[in-house]
Amino acid sequence: MKSIRTFGLGLLLAAFAVFISILFVGQYKLSSKALDAFCVQKNITSPIFINTLESSVIEREFNTPFYLANTIAKSVKSANIAHKKNKEWSKVIWEKPHSLAYQLVKSSGIGVVVQNKVSLWFLSFGLAILGALLFMLPAIELKGPAGIKNNHIFHKSATNRGWIAWLVFMFLVGFYIVLYFRPSYMINWIYLVDPISESISGHSASQWFLYGFLYCVVMAVMAVRMYIKYRNNKYQVLRTTSVLFFQIVFAFLIPEILVRFEKPWYDFKNIFPLDYDFFFRWNLDELLDSGGFGLFVLVWGVLLTVVIVPVMVYFFGKRWYCSWVCGCGGLAETLGDPYRQLSSKSLFSWKVERWLVHGVLVFALVMTGLTLYGYFSGSYKVYGIKVQTIQDVYGFLIGSIFAGVIGTGLYPIFGNRVWCRFGCPLAAYMGVIQRFKSKFRITTNGGQCISCGNCSTYCEQGIDVRAYAQKGENIVRSSCVGCGICSAVCPRGVLKLENGPEQGRIGSVDVLLGNDMNLIDQLDEK
Amino acid sequence: MEHIAIIGNGISGITAARHIRKKSNKKITVISSETDYFFSRTALMYVYMGQMKFEHTQPYENWFWKKNRIALKKGYVSKIDCTAKKLLFSDGEQLSFDKLIIATGSKANKFGWPGQDLKGVVSLYHKQDLEAIESLAPNNKVCKRAVIVGGGLIGIELAEMFHSRHITVTFLVREKSYWNSILPKGESEMINNEIKKNGIDLRLGTSLQEIRSDSNGQVKSIIIAETGEEINCGIVGLTAGVSPSIGFVKNSMLETNKGILVDKNLETNIKGIYAIGDCAELRSPSAGRRPIEAVWYTGRIMGETVAQTICNKETPYTPGHWFNSAKFFDIEYQTYGWVNSEKHMKANEVHFHWQHSDQKKCMTFAFDKNTQTLLGVNSFGVRLRHEVFNDWLTHKKTIDYVLEHLENANFDPEFYRTYSKDIIDKFNQEHQSELRLRKKKWSQIFTLKS
Repeated sequence: MKSIRTFGLGLLLAAFAVFISILFVGQYKLSSKALDAFCVQKNITSPIFINTLESSVIEREFNTPFYLANTIAKSVKSANIAHKKNKEWSKVIWEKPHSLAYQLVKSSGIGVVVQNKVSLWFLSFGLAILGALLFMLPAIELKGPAGIKNNHIFHKSATNRGWIAWLVFMFLVGFYIVLYFRPSYMINWIYLVDPISESISGHSASQWFLYGFLYCVVMAVMAVRMYIKYRNNKYQVLRTTSVLFFQIVFAFLIPEILVRFEKPWYDFKNIFPLDYDFFFRWNLDELLDSGGFGLFVLVWGVLLTVVIVPVMVYFFGKRWYCSWVCGCGGLAETLGDPYRQLSSKSLFSWKVERWLVHGVLVFALVMTGLTLYGYFSGSYKVYGIKVQTIQDVYGFLIGSIFAGVIGTGLYPIFGNRVWCRFGCPLAAYMGVIQRFKSKFRITTNGGQCISCGNCSTYCEQGIDVRAYAQKGENIVRSSCVGCGICSAVCPRGVLKLENGPEQGRIGSVDVLLGNDMNLIDQLDEK
Repeated sequence: MEHIAIIGNGISGITAARHIRKKSNKKITVISSETDYFFSRTALMYVYMGQMKFEHTQPYENWFWKKNRIALKKGYVSKIDCTAKKLLFSDGEQLSFDKLIIATGSKANKFGWPGQDLKGVVSLYHKQDLEAIESLAPNNKVCKRAVIVGGGLIGIELAEMFHSRHITVTFLVREKSYWNSILPKGESEMINNEIKKNGIDLRLGTSLQEIRSDSNGQVKSIIIAETGEEINCGIVGLTAGVSPSIGFVKNSMLETNKGILVDKNLETNIKGIYAIGDCAELRSPSAGRRPIEAVWYTGRIMGETVAQTICNKETPYTPGHWFNSAKFFDIEYQTYGWVNSEKHMKANEVHFHWQHSDQKKCMTFAFDKNTQTLLGVNSFGVRLRHEVFNDWLTHKKTIDYVLEHLENANFDPEFYRTYSKDIIDKFNQEHQSELRLRKKKWSQIFTLKS
């Protein structure tokens, strides 16, 4: 068993090495035909841009995509500087330089990677999946009978901020930066998933398809780990199945299939304000241009935020979304599960959390308000500020840096719910409802708490669960995503997630059950 | 300003301090020789097992004490001067008080075994014990085998700890079956099984003769009394129960027996001096309770109670129905009321026992054979709702009522299978009765009430 595990790890690492090396191989040649076609399609008329490319990269072969991508991006920038100086507005290229470069590089691959997409996929993705499974499955035998097994979590470098954790952190941060800002650098990975993309949507893959596919693969593999680790706990098993289902079907397959039928790409479970660009002009225009389907999506999107979310949170707490449906939550509960103990439980963190998460909510709402005002008044500026600028700032700071680079990158350092806890505007919105108008609570079982602190340690949201449990109080914190791990790790059966009447929901009495001290006297004193 | 000194920063002393602070402005000093800050000793095992760091065992952040004006003093009280109301510390320092709360907890029992004080003999109670275990048994290279003596709750925790580091564990239990002075037969046997299933070398009906040392005064082996067998080991855990840690009051005016004797208000024979928690012995415990109960929650309740009295609201210590909980490897255990082992069963007490075929879940209901009222329940592998059982015990519900309404007392996580139907079927079969399980009504699902 142990040797299978070691072999699996070896396979995983080898596949990972292949995966990384793939980035640096292949041949790239941008043909002038491809450039012409692209310029026609994108209505690019800048002679400076075209001439620069023709004199520097066109019809030349490169061994990595990096130089080609950087040259194209630089050409866009220098052409734009010249055109803006000469006030030749019609020649300015408005597309972002690296986004444009990505598209040209995508059409220029000719070498070993494009020719061997399938076999390289198996060598990287395939072997990694196999290796990971071989690494994880022996745990059924090695870690003993079903039950909570958190032994040595704080002895291990990977799960206690050791060097492995920092390496993972650097890889994740690097991955997100490349994904958001230099997608052409990962062009070879994108080639590998072209066949899959073509079979689903009929189009070749984009960096977002790669991301979606990777996301599903990572979640599915790590869900297997969840199934093994929590096989004694039906709540965890069902919850894991649910997030996996919603990720694969709703966030990945349905949107791609919609594209095949020439409908707008839409994730039916991504809810405004987490789905922050739902009310952006381009999205509204696209939806309104898509006939009955577009209209349906528009109504559904509004309904989700305005009716479905509050009603569901009232009955079940925000867990129905955060740990049963949401994609961000899904990744946090699978890939992130080994890191849940790293979230800070200090009062200071709680203060930071409240300012940040509600700040982001306000930012999202203000941005959307201005966007809609601009949309309906037909102007691109509100109070002298370009709506586009605010959207770009939000998209960059919150959408990319916070949710992606920091949110996932920091898993191995600050725990798996950094984004959900400190940044997600939808979580903030649902949190307000959960705290003040909901049936959901984590019930404390009378006086059984022994203050051991397993619950607090393993709370991914940094809630000091013990502080409530040892006082016999129920937990009704706005940030609770209802993952149920506090209840699972409790050695004394003290905690239970449930939906009950609002009356007595917090259930605080000064003196805990087990003490027959006169409670009426106690109450009189208040 | 009245000065309240509290000796001991465990759950009892700290609860008292917190509640006195809630209710008054008195000056409070908490003294400990063990640690700077309060921690949960119940979690020591998890630190060794790598499930938690020591800092996670501290329920309050370090700024908490200053903010709440609870002074913490590290020091060892060697003597109490009851007349001058002064504490004398081992380093010669002195501290005066107006009122004193003694909450010094327990120490591990040692029964005069030869070698019991050797290097390598440990218990599991203090933070220092954890440190000793960590240095003596960091892995299975340094420590190939551990021997644990005493089959109680701490013994099994120690077994689980060593097991987590892949150290071979030999577990000596004097009784014929694990913890069978407390647990009825079926349960005790199920736990024997669980211990063995986890690869522990469980030796039932076996006691310790002596502990032998190597030339460095370090534990080398133990000898079993019954067979004379010698077992080599790197560490010996003594877990044959605990007793009040009251050595330092022996020569004071305080009356003691096993513990410091206290009246119903937790006051000692000296006015203004109180004792709470494991170190206190009640002169007249309330019905169904023992004079010394070394469990976490009684310490907490005593702390809550004595704080009332000290804040001028005289309040007797009145614990409600007995309850407790533990975990035996993967099997959780909860008990409400009294279910006695065969050895201590009352004349009117009868049991109904149900066990699941997976050997991981069972329940025993004790009830009065004349009145049929519930006396208590032991539950293994199924969580029960404290509030509901407390209520049923108070209102003297019959066993029939309890079984029919068992679903209302379930506290397992959502979507778990419940076993009430199996349990009631077995009862009907054994008693030729026709009890019917009352299914939770839809309205009850939304109200949680029984």
